[in-house]
Amino acid sequence: MKNIYMDYAATTPTHPEVLAAMQPYFTDHFGNPSSIHSFGREGRKAVDGARDTIAAFIGARSDEIVFTSGGTESDNFALEGVAYANEKKGRHIISTAIEHHAIGSCLEFLKKRGFEVTLVPVDKAGSVDPDDVKKAIKPGTILVSIMHANNEIGTIEPISEIGKACRGKDVYFHTDAVQTFGHLKVNVNELNVDLLSASAHKLYGPKGVGMLYIRKGVNIVPYLHGGEQERGLRASTENVPGIVGFAKAAEISGNEMANEALRLRKLRDKLISGILTRVEDSILNGHPSQRLDNNVSVSIKYIEGESMLLRLDMEGIAASTGSACSSGSLEPSHVLLGIGLPIEFAYSSLRFTLGRGTTDQDIDVVLEKLPDIVKNLRKMSPMYK
Amino acid sequence: MPGGYSEKVMDHFAHPRNVGVIENPSGVGKVGNPVCGDVMEMFIKVENNVITDAKFRTFGCGAAIATSSMATEQIKGKTIDEALKLTNKAVAEALGGLPAVKMHCSVLAEDAIKAAINDYMIKTTGKGLPDFKPHEEHD
Repeated sequence: MKNIYMDYAATTPTHPEVLAAMQPYFTDHFGNPSSIHSFGREGRKAVDGARDTIAAFIGARSDEIVFTSGGTESDNFALEGVAYANEKKGRHIISTAIEHHAIGSCLEFLKKRGFEVTLVPVDKAGSVDPDDVKKAIKPGTILVSIMHANNEIGTIEPISEIGKACRGKDVYFHTDAVQTFGHLKVNVNELNVDLLSASAHKLYGPKGVGMLYIRKGVNIVPYLHGGEQERGLRASTENVPGIVGFAKAAEISGNEMANEALRLRKLRDKLISGILTRVEDSILNGHPSQRLDNNVSVSIKYIEGESMLLRLDMEGIAASTGSACSSGSLEPSHVLLGIGLPIEFAYSSLRFTLGRGTTDQDIDVVLEKLPDIVKNLRKMSPMYK
Repeated sequence: MPGGYSEKVMDHFAHPRNVGVIENPSGVGKVGNPVCGDVMEMFIKVENNVITDAKFRTFGCGAAIATSSMATEQIKGKTIDEALKLTNKAVAEALGGLPAVKMHCSVLAEDAIKAAINDYMIKTTGKGLPDFKPHEEHD
């Protein structure tokens, strides 16, 4: 039995060319970029080159890119960095209820330190109305943070329009682009953003490296202290192999993105319509068209997400659930509750995220196995008549 | 094993024992709530004060299904008094342990048995178990 991986939104395998690009920087070119000697200069050159690549990839300047340890750090850095640098100006931040916990938990942290947070509503599809953001901006608002696309339900937010609403209001606009960077076009000028987070391992790069784009002129305090790396904003010896790998992954994604997006969209739509027709009482979560090309999020009534995951795993199919039960918490997904899904549907969610390794045959296998798994679990469910 | 589950849990999840309903049961108990993410329904058949059959239906995670399965196995052939002594810990232990966040599933299984017996007592004696009260919050 071939195992089928359909959890690409959780992480992706490192592309062999990425790994090959990284390898010399563990061994031959191991120098510390801050060192003055030839070994150090090799590392410096690699980091500078990677920075140029990433900057060009999103239409930014090289000195606007700060490498970090990943998406969570980039999100925390954006929020805390802007909040603490601008608290004299104001202490009000605007976001949504469906952000990743790297934003949501960080906002809770800031609230305890005297910041005020407004969460603008999302509709049933998870979409934010730019007008609601505009209305929520008030004197004292310093930052708006809204994700580019949701990791659970795949909904793509109207970032460009929200950014426009923030322009001229003297408010910084951050977007968490962890799910979109490398998968759909991300250009900081077209998106009208001042800060943007990305993570390498979501685009076939290595784990443990990400970046924060910070538009020139944004007032932000450093995140790590103890060195002049990353223009003094983020001390710590650079993760040279990781940064090199990140740039290589972005380069490959740039070349393949258009074709891969079309390919995945077809597979996605086949899987969605296949589930909805073969499994009665199943619904699609998230926006029907404004959604990530690789995201299939469904809720299957009368049965619980984790039990479906375990049964799929027994068949060699790796998926994920929006219900956080499997991740150790007993709470259903804040995203599914945030879009107003009835709680029993929120416990019944299942997420398949497709990627480079996904084939048409894989979709067929899932569509063959899933209905039986559902039937079997429903037989066990006291809620299914 | 996935989810930090023991082999025993996975066995009972993959091959649950005693799934279904008993027609004309001696007692039925339903505990939990869809809002909490798990619902257990337990059916018992009692003859001469002995539980001769037990079946269940469960909406819930892997641990909820496994504890239901194990609990029904544990009470079959037991007298009512013996079945009432079954604790959630004994269910969890018989499964080779449960992850800490899933212990509430074993509490639910114990409650489901007590609820079924309570129903049986009411039907036969007109009185329920003296201090039976299912856990409102089972975490």
